[in-house]
Amino acid sequence: MRTSVQELIAKSKDKKSKKIIEKLIPILLFLVASVSVLTTIGIVLTLIIETVTFFTRVPLADFVLGTTWLPFANSGAQFGIWPLIVGTLKITGIAIVVAVPIGISAAIYLSEYASDNVRRIVKPVLEVLAGVPTIVYGFFALTFVTPVLQSFFPEIKIFNAISPGIVVGIMIIPMIASLSEDAMSSVPKSIRDGALAMGSTKFEVAWKITVPAALSGIIASVVLGLSRAIGETMIVSLAAGSTPKFDGDFTGSIQTMTAYIVQVSKGDAGYGTTIYYSIYAVGFTLFLFTMAMNILAGYMSKRFREEY
Amino acid sequence: MRYIEQEKVIRRMNGRMVINRIFQGFFMFATALALLALVILLYRIVSQGAGHLSLEFLTNFASRFPEKAGIKAALVGSIWLMAVVAPTSILLGVGSAIYLEEYAKKGRITSFIQMNISNLAGVPSVVFGLLGLTIFVRALALGNSILAAGFTMSLLILPVIIVSAQEAIRSVPRELRDASYGMGATKWQTIVRIILPAAIPGILTGSILALSRAIGETAPLIVVGIPVIIQFLPEGVMDTFTALPMQIYDWSSRPQAEFQTVAAAGIIVLMVVLLFMNSIAVYIRNKFDKSY
Repeated sequence: MRTSVQELIAKSKDKKSKKIIEKLIPILLFLVASVSVLTTIGIVLTLIIETVTFFTRVPLADFVLGTTWLPFANSGAQFGIWPLIVGTLKITGIAIVVAVPIGISAAIYLSEYASDNVRRIVKPVLEVLAGVPTIVYGFFALTFVTPVLQSFFPEIKIFNAISPGIVVGIMIIPMIASLSEDAMSSVPKSIRDGALAMGSTKFEVAWKITVPAALSGIIASVVLGLSRAIGETMIVSLAAGSTPKFDGDFTGSIQTMTAYIVQVSKGDAGYGTTIYYSIYAVGFTLFLFTMAMNILAGYMSKRFREEY
Repeated sequence: MRYIEQEKVIRRMNGRMVINRIFQGFFMFATALALLALVILLYRIVSQGAGHLSLEFLTNFASRFPEKAGIKAALVGSIWLMAVVAPTSILLGVGSAIYLEEYAKKGRITSFIQMNISNLAGVPSVVFGLLGLTIFVRALALGNSILAAGFTMSLLILPVIIVSAQEAIRSVPRELRDASYGMGATKWQTIVRIILPAAIPGILTGSILALSRAIGETAPLIVVGIPVIIQFLPEGVMDTFTALPMQIYDWSSRPQAEFQTVAAAGIIVLMVVLLFMNSIAVYIRNKFDKSY
């Protein structure tokens, strides 16, 4: 006996298992999608809970206002966060000085001057630069950039802020270049053509048309680069040293927030000691800094976006 | 009467052309500088480490003596780590992407999840290490095992995988779905039999690139408490282990100059692994790049 198509359809509609699957899958997938939200909640809760424990032992005011970071002292350990923040800002400052001019110049070159062939070569190479693990950059800073700097400026120590700062800058160049280039390429060609037809040179088009129009994207890329530089860990752990200092010295050993977390994790700070909880307090401070930067970047690219 | 003084125009134009040239040179120079940095970096590492590369380097365990130091435990450890990270992060990532692209209604919850993903991508890796230390190592008592480190890494690269999978799913043309629905397929049938097969090259490319980030990450492993000197190979996911970047970090931070060479050799191995993964990604992208 042959079943008709209608009967087949009716039969398949009756299948209970199929109905259940169609109902269950969205729920299952929603649970999967909520993992990313749970991760954020997990990070925030972890940091807050352990940081609160830290503040039951070290007064909040000492942490926020203190300018001495001496966690390993046998008696009278001091936990003033500022030396670590200053260390982080030194690295970030140098990185930005290196990365912003080069990154934005590269973006202008790629979007305004370069031929398609050049772009086809340069962009993947920049991607490779972005894919190099940070541990490799750290090794490069320690074994190449520092000795080279030392041969020009003998007063620079083995561990210093300048060399890792420069290398962190090199690390964020691809990010600033490619995000800025994206912003510049999204400026409509008609505006550019209009300016060229009025007799502008390519530089005038770039400087007076493209860059102002893409400014929101460019600033956002710089702020994201800043956030990456603040959170960068391995380069500073290897090449910047481990001396938290509250001064303006760039030539000697310093310590950043990230490098402190690594230093403690590497050693055997027993679970439950004040030092153990201090890495969460430092991590929380770091998290707040990068979070502020990321939100600022998002706000910038939304607030100043020109719609065409 | 002449309306345009040609002389004047030419003089002014010349100046502007010169400025254009100067800046073109400057922009080119800056781009070349960035590329030069990569060349110097690669040249330095290869020239430093190539001498130490040998079959023994791949088959020896770590050692106090630089000439005997090998990378076996770290290489095998990294492979174990990937064996945990790849399925975990791809399942979670693709699942989330399917939900966000196919099921989620445009609204507050969806845009909240979306915003959360992009914020998560900006959290420093060392903070993910703190999360892993508290949740996986301590609360779930996984210790410094492959599983604990693997879960931490999976969460770290999850945002990257979700975003690339979303893009891949979004690029599947509407007509394919409509045709599938038109033939009477249910939503899930359409996703499994039509959308995913069409989106898989994009998903794989994005996932491999994310995994190659995970294989080079060091900071979360240090915070989670992964040891360096390991004289045995792990036999299961609950065993402790060491990984390539950890081993390189340890060698780099040793004061003896000989260990710098060993570290460079380790970096070459890591870079070859990365190169291999990236070529697979590029190959998949080119081979299956169907433009609808």
